[in-house]
Amino acid sequence: MIWQIELIVLLIVLICGIGALAVKDLLGAAILFGAYSFMMCLLWAIMGAVDVAFTEASVGAGISTVLFVAAVFRTSRKTKD
Amino acid sequence: MKILKIVIVLLFGSILIYCTLDFPPWGDPRAPASLHVSPRYIEHTMEETSVPNIVTAVLADYRGYDTMFETIVIFTAAIACIFLLRVLRRREPERLMYRHIPTGLTLRIERGFGPPPDSKDFERIDLMWVPYDLIIKTGSRLIVPCSQIFALYVIAHGHHSPGGGFQGGVILGASIILFAISTNLRSSFTRMSEKLAVLLCGLGVFIYAGTGALCIFLGSNYLDYSALSLVLGVDTVTARSHGILMVETGVGISVMAVMVLLYYNLASAGRHDEGL
Repeated sequence: MIWQIELIVLLIVLICGIGALAVKDLLGAAILFGAYSFMMCLLWAIMGAVDVAFTEASVGAGISTVLFVAAVFRTSRKTKD
Repeated sequence: MKILKIVIVLLFGSILIYCTLDFPPWGDPRAPASLHVSPRYIEHTMEETSVPNIVTAVLADYRGYDTMFETIVIFTAAIACIFLLRVLRRREPERLMYRHIPTGLTLRIERGFGPPPDSKDFERIDLMWVPYDLIIKTGSRLIVPCSQIFALYVIAHGHHSPGGGFQGGVILGASIILFAISTNLRSSFTRMSEKLAVLLCGLGVFIYAGTGALCIFLGSNYLDYSALSLVLGVDTVTARSHGILMVETGVGISVMAVMVLLYYNLASAGRHDEGL
């Protein structure tokens, strides 16, 4: 696999992970977490673990983002810390 | 205090990264993980279970107990979510919102007054979130059946391609959640009620555990699918392949119902009347 692509994907994973922690808006954090999961899915696929990539795409990026959004909808959108 | 936290995090992070230097390089054939059990699976899976996708065979056949209790963990998650969030006492809302469909007018009706006459022109809408978008409704009408067929394909084709019960069940649940988001929670309850979801949630675990128990009744070990050849009328190798399909179906049903239940309880804060 081309190492430049892996490097870019890894950088996006790092940025999304730090951004999801740092962002004050919880809805934005949920979306960033979904993007993080998609990038992790790409990484699994690059490493040849296609089953894990599939699970990550459906569970991590799909359902858990929806559940986060539903929880944010029912609680508050801002965080204090 | 904040500096202390950062120092601790950096210290433990650097220790963890230092420890990864001891790992074997990625894809090393002499790594401990690929020396003992992996060659056994790679060499014998095809002749023992006739399943080309080794991951599926290991998950559902060789490591059947593990997957069964993973399913039970998900089942327990749904039960815990119901216990924590579900509000069983019904509280009548202060006011109800209705939409007059031909004109698009929104009516607010206070408590104590009757709802509009029972005609097709009015539909109840949520107080907080009132989407009415032709594009979203038509788009989801197009996507939901396609994703459901894809989910069934993922469950049934898990022997040959990536996928299986967990992924297929999640996609199936996601299609129902998409329907609930694009219309509203109440019209989703008419398709998949809470009772049905709880029932399916238990039924999936029952199918998995029941397949294992059937193997005992046929005179073999728990979850040893080769015993199913007596019932299915095929040789033992094909019986193991069919047994994998049976437990994957159970996993798919259970996971689908659990995802829908989690969404119902989270989106409506346990009240099951209004939601995202």
